[in-house]
Amino acid sequence: MNNLLNSYFVKTHKLEISITIIAVVLFLIYFLGAPHVFTRFPIYRAFMQSMPFFGIIAISATFVVTLGEIDLSFPSIVGITSLIFGIIMTSTDGNFFIAFILATSLGMFAGLINGLLVTKIGIPSIVATIGTLFFWRGLVNVISQGSGIAIVDVADGTWHHMIFVEKLFGKIPMQFIWFIVLTGLMQWVYRYHKFGNHIHFVGDNKASAQMMGINVDNVKIIAFVQLGFFSALAGIFTMYEMLYFWPTQGEGLMLTTLAAVFVGGTSVFGGKGTIFGTFIGVLIIGSLESGIVALGLSGFYVKFINGLMITVAVTVYALIQRRKN
Amino acid sequence: MAEELLKLQNIYKNFGNVKVLKDVNIKINKGEVVALIGDNGAGKSTLIKVITGVHSPNSGKVFFKEKEVQIKSVAQSRKMGIEAVYQERALCDQQELYRNIFAGREITNSFGFLDIKKQRKEAEKILRDYIGFTSKAITVDSHVMGLSGGEKQGVAFGRSLYFNSDLIVLDEPTMGLSIQETEKVLNFVKGLKNENKSAIFIDHNIIHVYGAADRFIILDRGEVVGEFNKEDITREELVQKMIQLHESGKIKVEE
Repeated sequence: MNNLLNSYFVKTHKLEISITIIAVVLFLIYFLGAPHVFTRFPIYRAFMQSMPFFGIIAISATFVVTLGEIDLSFPSIVGITSLIFGIIMTSTDGNFFIAFILATSLGMFAGLINGLLVTKIGIPSIVATIGTLFFWRGLVNVISQGSGIAIVDVADGTWHHMIFVEKLFGKIPMQFIWFIVLTGLMQWVYRYHKFGNHIHFVGDNKASAQMMGINVDNVKIIAFVQLGFFSALAGIFTMYEMLYFWPTQGEGLMLTTLAAVFVGGTSVFGGKGTIFGTFIGVLIIGSLESGIVALGLSGFYVKFINGLMITVAVTVYALIQRRKN
Repeated sequence: MAEELLKLQNIYKNFGNVKVLKDVNIKINKGEVVALIGDNGAGKSTLIKVITGVHSPNSGKVFFKEKEVQIKSVAQSRKMGIEAVYQERALCDQQELYRNIFAGREITNSFGFLDIKKQRKEAEKILRDYIGFTSKAITVDSHVMGLSGGEKQGVAFGRSLYFNSDLIVLDEPTMGLSIQETEKVLNFVKGLKNENKSAIFIDHNIIHVYGAADRFIILDRGEVVGEFNKEDITREELVQKMIQLHESGKIKVEE
């Protein structure tokens, strides 16, 4: 046992192990407290259906947080890109490719603006992205004039609907498959690609990274751009699931998404993080509401327990970090 | 006859109206260790930043291996064979050593994915062969955070040796180090000569400078005001020169 605790894997994966234990305990509580719900498939299907919408963004946001930056504007980027997707789908009679390319391009453009504001103008990211948060949501309201867009006629039953949100073998929601694939891919980029490596160095110490010949501004800009892209993608997934655009789309995403990243163990100070942790963070944050209600507690407890989870998790990480130093 | 490695000719550098370097001419030969000395604000740091590509001079010529060059970026100067060893500042604390050693010039495949195996193997070589770390406590997977100042400096040196640079630029390599660690660093500098590599370094401590360098270039307010070979000057004389300069420098201003 002692050997196991001192092994290389354990030493280098303390965060991942802690978060996994927290998740296992949580699901054990669900399981023991509400066996009638948690021994059956539908609850898991519901999780697999709903988690990817914010999960995809959380994975992508882990890159930005590892930089020591933050992006608060993604809920509005989801809004504006979904709106554009809806408008183009309905006006082109369901031309998926044009709609997809324009919506994701707009998402990347929005990310580019965030990146430029932070690097070239020098506005702290928390401030810059509050600005763009309001800007893009405002634009959604102006363009949509407060009304929604139904894409059911042009999207339902199409092949793109099928690959985005229909059920694999009639059971597994496709968006969950995508979520798993993207998580794996992003984990690979995060740990083993030059870009992911540079993200860590810039987040760790900007000046040192610069001296080592890393282009700090470019790394930051690309991080914001990819978050713009994945926000758009999450918006498109949501559109296919709901077959409807509504002007507040994306608004509820901010806290759950960032909570998943922080509960997952990525440091707000930058330089250290884990995509796997974020993934587990998504499982925890995304299951709390249903879990709590299934346990027989009233919905009023949801936020309370959510807050408790976040506080406990970040406290554990802070303690691990302090022992290291 | 010593072979010339780097020559700066009539280098001027202004920051706005401030003339930081005025008509600087220096030469560094192969296998030679040159110390830049001078007071704060003499232009030492600016001069080495011109060499490493951080700053471009306003005018003047740079020759490297007897060819005229324009050094426009850190990447370019590295490619030519100039390696800067900044203090521990140029390492990132929370990252593993094998990542630090290759930061900014990772070993990757054509898709940009890191060859972790190779990086770790090469890093291991650097730790054992170039730096001479024998301690089992430090591995390629160690985080920089746990290293002492001297060990960090050692990693920075090892990195520059590994990349086979011809000229190593050292910005105050002994600042903030313990006596023992300083000794190690000075030994590194002396060791460079055995590999026929050149070095240029800045240090405030004349004792360190005297022990490690072959030649001393004294800068004052952006100008080279003196140049001595170690054979021609004792440590005490060098100290005297610096004191003189300090005083005569004031006289100069009155002129």
